[in-house]
Amino acid sequence: MTTDLVPLAVLMFLVTYPSRAVGMLAPGIERLPRRALEYLQLVGPAVLAALAAVSVMVSTVGGRPVFTVGLPWLSVAACLALVAWRRNLLIGLAAAVGIAIVGRAMGFA
Amino acid sequence: MDAPDGRTPAADLPASRRRLVVDGLGIIVSAAGFGFVFGLAARTSGHYSVIDAMAMSTIVFGGASQFAAVGYVASGLAWPAILVLTALLNARHILYSAALAPWFRGRPFAERAVASHLLTDEAFALSIAHFRRLGRFDPFGYWYPAIVTTFIPWNLATFAGATIGSAVVEPQRLGIDVIFPAAMIGLAVGLVTGRRELAAAVAGAAVAVAVSLAVSPTIGIIAGGIVGPSIGLLVPPSGVTAELPRLEDMKR
Repeated sequence: MTTDLVPLAVLMFLVTYPSRAVGMLAPGIERLPRRALEYLQLVGPAVLAALAAVSVMVSTVGGRPVFTVGLPWLSVAACLALVAWRRNLLIGLAAAVGIAIVGRAMGFA
Repeated sequence: MDAPDGRTPAADLPASRRRLVVDGLGIIVSAAGFGFVFGLAARTSGHYSVIDAMAMSTIVFGGASQFAAVGYVASGLAWPAILVLTALLNARHILYSAALAPWFRGRPFAERAVASHLLTDEAFALSIAHFRRLGRFDPFGYWYPAIVTTFIPWNLATFAGATIGSAVVEPQRLGIDVIFPAAMIGLAVGLVTGRRELAAAVAGAAVAVAVSLAVSPTIGIIAGGIVGPSIGLLVPPSGVTAELPRLEDMKR
């Protein structure tokens, strides 16, 4: 069994860890102005929504990003609605996966 | 039952932890599904051994960048280029880290250093929602989502995907590919407690898609994460806003 890519994993860690640690370990973060703290409060919703939107709306075809419409839109929309209504992520995920399974069984992409 | 805005009274630690644990169950499903597909993708690429796949999941522990690396390695991309792209893809963690930092104020350096390695989209979203509900830091509120709901299932599922994943035909038919975006949007909903958060989420998504199409998805996500909050700040705060960490709470 090879370990050829273990050094790559270590190097990827070395370029990832600083991003994760810079805020937590940098001194003076507690002295940020209130406006900056308010900005940081909004980072979570913005990044998570960006990740979800790009995951379902953008795909790469021939090395180029293209706008995509498909069954995952419905799955993700159902999850969004259910989580907003029931405040329960598990139910939302179950609905999303269920829609994908049923939809693909019916031949939708 | 929580308040309609998703927040529980600041002093209600057990209720907030219950909510965290229940939401965490969804993330366990998400991390397991996603990790399984990573293990499967790594092995079927023909370039990863089981040890290589596990090294990625334990040492890097960065879902999207691990998936991307499978493609990079398979296409023969040089390691320096892979590292640059990995750094870019994981740059959003800078924002997470800065957002969590005020809540970790006063915690030991070693704790913050270890917590940093375990910082993921999921750990960030679950923990910061918990801290906001409480209005203060709670160690369980970070370590439970970081380790129990994410690190452990991610690594166990990577192992399963790398060893027995080829027995599963077409993971897409099982809906595994929709788990990640659904989990992300569900977590985002949990963080929307007012008009500003909603505006930031909508703007972040719109900017991310537009920039992704114009440049690349990696840059798009970062752009959405930077521009979205800026637009959110332009919106007057609603009556219910997320609590900022209080200095006296940080000393507990």
